[in-house]
Amino acid sequence: MIPAAFFLVLGAVIFVIGVIGVLVRREAIVIFMCIEMMLSAVGITLVAASCYLHSFDGVLFLFFAMTVAAAEAAVGLAIFVLLYRTRKTVRADEINLLRW
Amino acid sequence: MGSSFEWVVFTVSAIGAVLAGVMVILRRNPIHSAMFLVLNFFFVAVIYLLLRNQFIAIVQVMVYAGAIMMLIVFTIMLISVEESRRSSPLKLTPVRVFGIVLSFLFLIELCGGLFLEMLPGRRGEFTPEKVASIGHVKTVGGLLMSRFIFPFELVSLVLLIGIIGAVILVKKER
Amino acid sequence: MIDYVWLIPAFPAMGFLFNGLVGRWWRLRQGIVAWVACSALGLSFLFSILVFLELLKLSPEARVAIPDRVLFDWVVSGGLKTVIGYKVDPLSIVMALVVTGVSFFIHIYSVGYMHDDPGFTRYFSYLNLFVFMMLNLVLANNFLLMFVGWEGVGLCSYLLIGFWFERDAPANAGKKAFVVNRVGDFGFLLGLFLIFSHLGTLTFDEVFAKAHTLGPVTVTFITLLLFVGATGKSAQLPLYVWLPDAMEGPTPVSSLIHAATMVTAGVYMIARCHVLYEMAPVSMAVVATVGALTAIFAASMALVNTDFKRILAYSTISQLGYMFLAVGVGAFSAGIFHLMTHAFFKGLLFLGAGSVMHALAGELDIRRMGRLKEKMPITFWTFMMATLAIAGVPGFSGFFSKDEILWNAFSSPHGSLFLWIIGTVTAGMTAFYMFRLAFMAFFGRYRGSEEAWHHAHESPPIMTVPMVILAVLSVIGGYVGVPHVLGGGNHFHQFLAPVFGEVSQHLEKAHGAGGQEGSLELLLMLVSVAVAFIGIGKAYYFYIKEPSMPKRAAEALPGAYRVLFNKYYVDEIYQFLFVNSTKRLGTILWRQFDENVVDRTVNVVAAIMRVLGSGLRLLQTGFVQDYALGIIIGAVLLILFLM
Repeated sequence: MIPAAFFLVLGAVIFVIGVIGVLVRREAIVIFMCIEMMLSAVGITLVAASCYLHSFDGVLFLFFAMTVAAAEAAVGLAIFVLLYRTRKTVRADEINLLRW
Repeated sequence: MGSSFEWVVFTVSAIGAVLAGVMVILRRNPIHSAMFLVLNFFFVAVIYLLLRNQFIAIVQVMVYAGAIMMLIVFTIMLISVEESRRSSPLKLTPVRVFGIVLSFLFLIELCGGLFLEMLPGRRGEFTPEKVASIGHVKTVGGLLMSRFIFPFELVSLVLLIGIIGAVILVKKER
Repeated sequence: MIDYVWLIPAFPAMGFLFNGLVGRWWRLRQGIVAWVACSALGLSFLFSILVFLELLKLSPEARVAIPDRVLFDWVVSGGLKTVIGYKVDPLSIVMALVVTGVSFFIHIYSVGYMHDDPGFTRYFSYLNLFVFMMLNLVLANNFLLMFVGWEGVGLCSYLLIGFWFERDAPANAGKKAFVVNRVGDFGFLLGLFLIFSHLGTLTFDEVFAKAHTLGPVTVTFITLLLFVGATGKSAQLPLYVWLPDAMEGPTPVSSLIHAATMVTAGVYMIARCHVLYEMAPVSMAVVATVGALTAIFAASMALVNTDFKRILAYSTISQLGYMFLAVGVGAFSAGIFHLMTHAFFKGLLFLGAGSVMHALAGELDIRRMGRLKEKMPITFWTFMMATLAIAGVPGFSGFFSKDEILWNAFSSPHGSLFLWIIGTVTAGMTAFYMFRLAFMAFFGRYRGSEEAWHHAHESPPIMTVPMVILAVLSVIGGYVGVPHVLGGGNHFHQFLAPVFGEVSQHLEKAHGAGGQEGSLELLLMLVSVAVAFIGIGKAYYFYIKEPSMPKRAAEALPGAYRVLFNKYYVDEIYQFLFVNSTKRLGTILWRQFDENVVDRTVNVVAAIMRVLGSGLRLLQTGFVQDYALGIIIGAVLLILFLM
C-alpha cells in the first residue's frame, strides 16, 4: 500500500487551498464552496488515518460529518437566498453590518 | 509499498484534485468554480477507492458531488446571474497577501507536524483481510447499528432540523 | 468602695446619653433634663468623696500603691496593650474631687442661667459629656486613655464655645479653640509616640518604673513635646490665643471649662509625669520660664481691657502661668494646690460675671457698669470674696497657694530670683486689675443706660446659692495648705507627698519651721502681701479717688497703651504668619495639585482607554473574511504551540 504520509499530505494541501479560497474570494457562494472543499480534505485525512490504523472510527466520523455538511449546506444556502433578497448582493466585502 | 498501478492512480488523482481545487479559487465565474469543485470531489472519491473504502467513495459522490453541488449550482443560478457578468479580477490587498502567506505557513506547520509524529494512535481490530472477508459496506452498517446507533439517530434529527430550517427561512411573507 | 471608682465617670456618661438621645427625640421638660444632669454630677461627687474617705483610711505609703482598677482591655495590638483602667491615688482623687465638686455647683447655676435658652437640653448633654471626658483624663491609668480625655475635653470645649453657632463670633471662636488645641495635641502625640517607641508601654505605672532607662536627650524631647500639648490645652504662650475668644460661649461654660477644669489639664499632666520631668531639668526650666512669662504677659493685657469676661480670661491665663511656674520649679503639690484654689475663686468670678450679665441683659463693657453693689448684694459680696482671694490677701485661699508658689520659685533648686521677681510683679498686677474690675463694676457711679438700671436685679437663688458655696470655699479652701512656717501642718502637701516622691521631701526640709530658711520665707511672704496691697491701693486711687487718672495715664504713654489694648497684636501676627500661609498652601494644592495632577491623571487614564478602544475596534470590521483570517491566525499559533 501507499504509505500513509502521502494521503495525509494531500489532505493538508487541499485543506490549505480551501483556506486560501476562503480568504481571497469575494463572492459568498464561492467562499461556501471552498469551505466544502476543506471539509472534504478533512475527510481524506480521516479515512486515511483510520485505514492505516485498522479502525473504522474515522470512517464513521466522516459519515456523520458528511451528513451534517449536507444539512449545513441546505440552511446556509437558504440564508444566502435571504441575504440576496434583502441586500441585493452576496459579496462578502459589501456585507458588514455586524460591526461596532 | 503498493503496486505500480496504485501509484499511477494515486498520482493522477492527487494532482487532479489539487489542480481542480486551484482552479476553483482562481476562476472568475462561479459556475466554473462549481464545476471544478465537482471534479475535485470525483478525484477525492477515487482516492477513497484506493484506500479500499468503497462505501465512503460512493457516499462522497452521492452526497457531495450530487446533492450539495446541485444545491450550490441552483443557488448560483438564483442569485448571482448578474454578478458573473460584472465580476472584476482579484484584488490583492495587503490583508489578502498576509492571509495567503499565513496559509502557506499553516501548510508547512501541518506537514511538519506530520513528520514529527506519524499516526500515533493504537492499532484497531479491523485489518484489511478481516474487512475484505466481511465486506466493507457490511462492516460499516454493522458498526452503525451497534456501536454508533445513538449518533446515527441524532444525525437524522440534525437533517430534519436542516430541512425545517431551510424551508422556514426562505418562506415569503404573505 | 475603691472598686467602684469607675462609677465616677460613668454617671456623667449616663447623663450625657440620656439627655443627648432621649432628650433629642422626645422634647423633655427642662425640669427632667436638669434633674438628670445635676443628679449625675451629684452622684459622681458623692462617690468621689466616698473614695476619698476610703483613701484616708489607708497609710500614706499604701495610698500610692493601690492597684489600678481595670475595666477591660482596650487596645491589644502588636506590642501595645492598653486598658480602660482607672488609677486611685491622692493626686487623681484630689483632681476628681475638684472637678466633680465645682462642676456640680456650676451645673446647678446653669439651670438658672440657661433657663430661657432653647438649647437647654443640648447644653446639659454637652456639659455632662465634658465632665465625663475630664474625669477620664484625671482618673486614667495610662497615657492613651488620658489622651482620649484630653481630646474629648477639647471637643466639648469646641461644642460649648460655639454653642450659639448661628452667630459668626461663637462659631469662629470654637473653631479657633479647636485648631489651636490641635496644634498642641500634635506635640502631645509625638511625645506619646516617643514614650511608646522607647519603653514599649503606655501605662503610667510601667512607664514611670522604666523611666530611668531613658537617655537625657530622649526624656527632654518627650517632656518638651508633652509640654507643647499642655501649652495648647492650658493656654500658655504661644498657644493661648483661643482662650479670650472662648468667652463667646455661655458664661457657666467659661467658668467650668476655661477656669476650673479643662485648662488645668496641662498642669495635672505635668504633675502626673513628674518622674519624667525630674529627669529633664532643661524641660523644667522651660516650663517654669514659659509659665512665668505667660503670667506677666497676660496680666499686662488685663490691665487695660474693658470687657468683663475677657479680663477674667486673661487673668486665667496668668494664673495658669503661676501653676506652670510651680510645677516647673519642682513644687508639684503647690501647683495642684493653686489649681484647686483657683478653681474655687475663678469659677466664682465667672459665675459672678454671669450674674451681672443676667442682670444687665448681656452687657459686658465695664465702662457701662458701676454701683451695682446696691442692686445685687449677694453677687457683690461673693465677687469680693473671690477678688480678695485672687489678689492674695492673707486669710483667703489664694494667699496660701500663691505664696507657696512664690516661695518655691525663689528657693527651689530649679528656681531663681528672676522667676520670683516676675511672679511677685505679676501678683501686684493681678491685685490691681482685679480690683479695677471690681471697682468699675460695683462701685462708683453708674455709667450705663437708665433702662438697664431699672431692669437690674439680683439673680434667683438657684444661681446665688452655688456662688455662696464657692465663696465659702474661696475663703476656707486654703486652710488645708497652711505652710509650716505659719504654724500650720500643710495637710494638702502631706497628702500629695507620697505621689511626688523625693522632690517633695526635699521641699519638706526647706519648709522647716523656724531657722534661717523659715525667716526668709516669712520675709518673702510679707513682700508679696505688701505688693498685693500696693496693687489694691493703686486701683483704689485710679478708679475711686481720681477717676480721671486712667485717661491721663493712657495719654501719657499712648504707645504702650495702644499695644496693650490691642493685645500686642498677637492675633494679627498669627493671622499673617500662619493662617494666611495655610490658606495660600491650600489654594496651591487645590489649583496645582488637585486640578492639574490628579484630574489630569484621571483624564489620561480615560484617554488611554479611548485610544485602546478605538484600536481594538478595528478587529470588528463586520467582514466575514477578516474573521476567517483571525481563525487562521489562531490555528497557526495553536499548532505552533502544540508542536
